Order: sequence, then C-alpha cells, then structure tokens
Amino acid sequence: MHKNHQISASVILRNHQVIFNGKVIFETAEDLELLAFLKACYQDLEIDYAKFYKMDLLSKLGFIASEYLAKDQKLTPETALILQNSSGSLETDLNYQASISNENAFASPSVFVYTLPNIVLGELSIRQQLQTENAFFISEKFDASFLIVYLQNLFSTNKANAAICGWLDLDKEGYNVFLSLITQDDKGKALTAENLKENYEQFKTRA
Amino acid sequence: MSNLRQELKAQIIEQLNLEDLEITDINDNDELFGDEIGLDSIDALELIVLLEKDYGIKITDPKEGKEVFYSVETMATYIEKHS
Amino acid sequence: MRQKPAVHIIDDEIIAPLGWGTSANIAQIKQRQTAIKKHKISAENFYYAALFEEEELQQNFKKLSFSNAEDFTKLEKLFLLTVHQLLERNPINLEETVLIISTTKGNVELLENAENSIPEKSKLYSLGKTIQKYFNIKNEPITLSNACISGGLGLSVGKRLLEENAYKNALVLGGDVVSKFTRSGFQLLQAMDSEICKPYDKNRKGINLGEAAAGVLLSTEIQNSTIQIVGEAIANDANHISGPSRRGEGLVKAISSALKEAHLESSAIDYISAHGTATLYNDAMEAQAFGRLNLQQKPLTSYKAHYGHTFGGSALIESILSIKSLQQNLLFPSLGCSEIGVEPPLNIQQNLEEKKLKYALKTASGFGGCNFAMIFKNLMYA
Repeated sequence: MHKNHQISASVILRNHQVIFNGKVIFETAEDLELLAFLKACYQDLEIDYAKFYKMDLLSKLGFIASEYLAKDQKLTPETALILQNSSGSLETDLNYQASISNENAFASPSVFVYTLPNIVLGELSIRQQLQTENAFFISEKFDASFLIVYLQNLFSTNKANAAICGWLDLDKEGYNVFLSLITQDDKGKALTAENLKENYEQFKTRA
Repeated sequence: MSNLRQELKAQIIEQLNLEDLEITDINDNDELFGDEIGLDSIDALELIVLLEKDYGIKITDPKEGKEVFYSVETMATYIEKHS
Repeated sequence: MRQKPAVHIIDDEIIAPLGWGTSANIAQIKQRQTAIKKHKISAENFYYAALFEEEELQQNFKKLSFSNAEDFTKLEKLFLLTVHQLLERNPINLEETVLIISTTKGNVELLENAENSIPEKSKLYSLGKTIQKYFNIKNEPITLSNACISGGLGLSVGKRLLEENAYKNALVLGGDVVSKFTRSGFQLLQAMDSEICKPYDKNRKGINLGEAAAGVLLSTEIQNSTIQIVGEAIANDANHISGPSRRGEGLVKAISSALKEAHLESSAIDYISAHGTATLYNDAMEAQAFGRLNLQQKPLTSYKAHYGHTFGGSALIESILSIKSLQQNLLFPSLGCSEIGVEPPLNIQQNLEEKKLKYALKTASGFGGCNFAMIFKNLMYA
C-alpha cells in the first residue's frame, strides 16, 4: 500500500532530551523550567528566528521538534502537517482564563491568539514556507492507525507527497512530543501504524 | 535621552517578547512597524494594552493607534501629552 | 490509481438561535431574518451576538426525553440533540459509522471555575466520549480543532476516511458556544462590530459572535442522495498566524486543489458560500482570491449577518445551506452589504432567487492561516 512512503526521520522531545532517530542528540538537566530547556534547544540549533520568542509553549515545542526533524533535509513544498494531542491549547487557555478572571490583570491579545491548537501549524507553515494541507486532531491517546488512513488519502489524492505528523502535547503534568517526517525516500521504516506506534513508544523514560 | 523613552523600549521588549533585541537596538525614531523593528498587527494590539496598563491611556480608534505607535518617539510624545 | 468510492450527503441538521432544525433555518433565511441581537454585558457594556434562549434550549432538550439534563454542558446538549435528530431520521448501522467532532473551544467555559483542578470536560475529546457513550457508537470518535475552518475540515475528514473505506458512514458535527473567553478575546483583538456585522460592505467593522451546532451525515453506501462531495482541500497561507495573506494565497490554493480533484474549471461553479466574516482583512482577502480565480462574478453569500460567527459550526452550517441551495435551486440572500467594499467587487446575492444550480463552492479561512474549500455537486441537475 505505502510502497513509496517511508518514516524517514523521527524526533522525540521528552524528559528534557532531544532524541533523533533513536539517539539522544541534545539534553539538559531535567529540573530546568520547560522554557529554559526550549531556549537551550534553540541555541543548540544555532538558528536566528525572532518569532520563536513570541510563541506560546505549545508552538515552541512544535517549532523546536520540527527544526530538529528538518535540520538536515529540505522539505518538499507539498509536505502536509498533521498533528494530534490530548490537551489542545489547554495550557495557554488557562493562562488566558486567569488573566480575564482577575479584575486587576490585563489580558493579552497575543495570548488569546494562541488559544487555538492549530496556531502551531501556522507557525510551522510560516517557518518552512509550506502552503499545504494541515489539521490538528484531539484524541485521548496517540492514534497511529487514524494517521495512517488520513495520510494514505492525502498521498493517493495528490494533496500531499510528504508529511510531518505526530503527537504534540502539553499540560500541567508535562510535555510529550513525537514528530515523524514521512517522505518518498528510500531510507527509513515502512509507513505502517505498527512502525509509527513503535517509534512513538520509545524513550518514555530518560535515556 | 529621556527616561520615558528608555522605559518604553524596555516595556516594548518585555510586553512583545522581543528577546532578541536590546534597548540599544531600538532608536527613538525607528519605525516600529517597518523593517527596522518589524512589529505586526497583534503587536499593535499589545501596545494598546501596554499604554492602558502602564500609563492609564486608552486608545480606541485604530487609526489613532497607527500614528501613536509609529515610533518610540511618537509614543513618548503622546504619553507626555496625555498623562 | 484505485477508484475511490463517491461520498454523498445523506442528511443534515442545524440547531441555531435562528431556527431549530434545518427547515426552520431556511425559512428564516428566506425571510431575511437575523438572530443577531444586542446583549448586555454590564450597565454600560453591550455586544451584538446570536445567542440561544436558555429556556428554549431546556424545553427542546426535555422534549426529546434525554434524562439528566443537568449533567450535560450546553454544547453537549446541542450535539446530543443534533445526533438524535439525524439518527431518528436515518437508521444507519452504527458499527460502520464514525463520529467526527469539530469545535474550536468546546466546553471552555468550564475553566472559569476550574480553580486548581482541570475538569475532564474541558478537554475537547470529551465531547466525542459523551456522544459515543450516549448513542452506543463503537468506533472511537475523531475530534478536530482547526480554528474557523473546523466545521469544513470535519466534512473533509469524513470524506477522506470514507474514501479509504475505513467506515461506511460519517456523522460530522460542528459547533461552539459563546463564552466570556471568546467574547473578551475578540474584544481585545478589536475585531467585533458594535452593530450587526456587514460582510463585504464598505463600512464593515468586524464580526459578531454566534453559537450553534450542526450535523451532516455522509455515506458511501446509502443510495438515495442528491448531493455528492466532488472536491475539497485545505491549504495554509504560510504568512501570519492571525491575519490572512493579503493576496489570499492559501485560499487560492485550496480552491484550485478542490477544483482539480473535481476535474472542474472555476467557470463551472454556479454559486459560492464564502466565509465573509466582515473583518476588514478577511473579506478583502477573499475578494482577491476569488478575483485571481475569475470567480468574482459568481453569486456569493455570507451567512455571518444571520448567525454571527459560530466558529466550529460556521463552515458546517454554511455547507448545509449551500447543499440546500443546490437541492432547492435557490440562491439565498446575503445580509449586511449595502455598498460593496472589496476589490475586485464581488457579486453579493442580495435577494432570494430561483436558479438551476449544479456546483456550489464552500470556502472558509481562519486563524493559523488555514483555508478550506469544498465543491458540492447537485446530482439532480438536469
């Protein structure tokens, strides 16, 4: 079925480690604030992108993960962005809610803009200049089977020929990021729900 | 250089998360929404909040906002006139 | 390439302050009615929005003999009622049915009193769980949240899953309710008109908020349908997270891609149900995009001055209204545009008009730079 499409690269951000294709390529102390970890990643990536500082934490997580994912490759212009998580934009929702619940606080228009989970798709589209298919799904758990069916349709109808897909979640308990780059390269694992799930399940604890 | 202008630059950097900029990177007459600083429409709304929060000045007419937020200098002049 | 099964529209339902049920909504639209009214926030503060009467919602909920009304949030009630109506009229096999839920903010009002614990129902996927449980639907529901295109994207997702033979039927729901959360946010963005909104008008000042829910039943196996989805696509502007591309880059791409899938030229389109939020930049962007595709002469409607902007519901409600236009060979009037204020000028449908219609184009655009286009075909066109 997916003769031409492979999982050509995967990035996991968990426990303040960056895992690229199964190898830890960057890490910080685990007790750092999430923001500090993300800024350390940004420095490690040696990029200059002022918009990064303006993003909310969910977008920063997606941005950093996709930068590592696309670091050594050129994305094709028809790379779709298909993400899932369980918390939507809940962390930013709570920030915004706190600012409107407090009589003396001033709510921020830019915080409000980030109270939509798909804003991160906009950020990634701008950064990678992708005028492509994008969708943000909310599910209790990572749903590899759904992603496979969805991608199968995008590829077979020529709406995309590659994709960044995966899980991008942030809540009070912490963060959990797993992104895969799906391309028509020869290298990588076959694009199946089992392989995607297997990649996702790795590195649940700090390596 | 006036304190108000320096203070404004620090507030703008803080409120708009312009972490890549230092106070010294912003000149009083730099066009905030031009190539030099590169602010956008959401930043403009944040500046409206900043004026209200830190200086008690409300701007309701978006056209007025455009003139007031042209540069740090125009903002400072406006604040001096209205406070 | 393997032939994909055709995806048909089987039934639809709109529950909105404008009307209870699709036919009631159509009747109101024919009469040029709007549900947008002035609502008080405080002594000196008011806003214009299309809101449900609490009483009416409770009455309808009771009538349909759901128990424990108090256990459900407003949006859950609206979705339960929508599904109830659709299932009552269409005895489908739920084993082969997927539920797709489109919403931007779900039950976000629950965060108001959240204190330290986050209510489970503030998670968007909980809406699907509630409905799944109530109607005993075996398959895991799909939930999506993609700003103002959510309801349209829900139809696309349904079509795509059915094309892959993952299911035979899809129940696509879309909806949102008005909360202090969204109201205060759009005030901060200075994006709300202080009167009834004026899509495409020279003096347009922004949106009105609205609340509503809608549902569409899609199928690849039910035979008696008169409408087919023949093309659809999503495309990002890759330009800005809250403002549309001035030239409508993403919208042009989404429409072009939908036309390509339908094997149609833009000249084949008979009617457009556009996004028309009545913000300065959205409407201007749409005119640019339609102009670039030579669609500026096509009769075009915005329903935002009837419903307000119902976010997760809007693109789904407006898709249903496009389908009704095709089925009834009727163009419905757009409200609020007395002097065209976009370039190139668009052909805003001002009156109710009979016209043979074969293809309708539905578009939507939203925050995050997303754009949606879908083409419906009238199978009864002769």
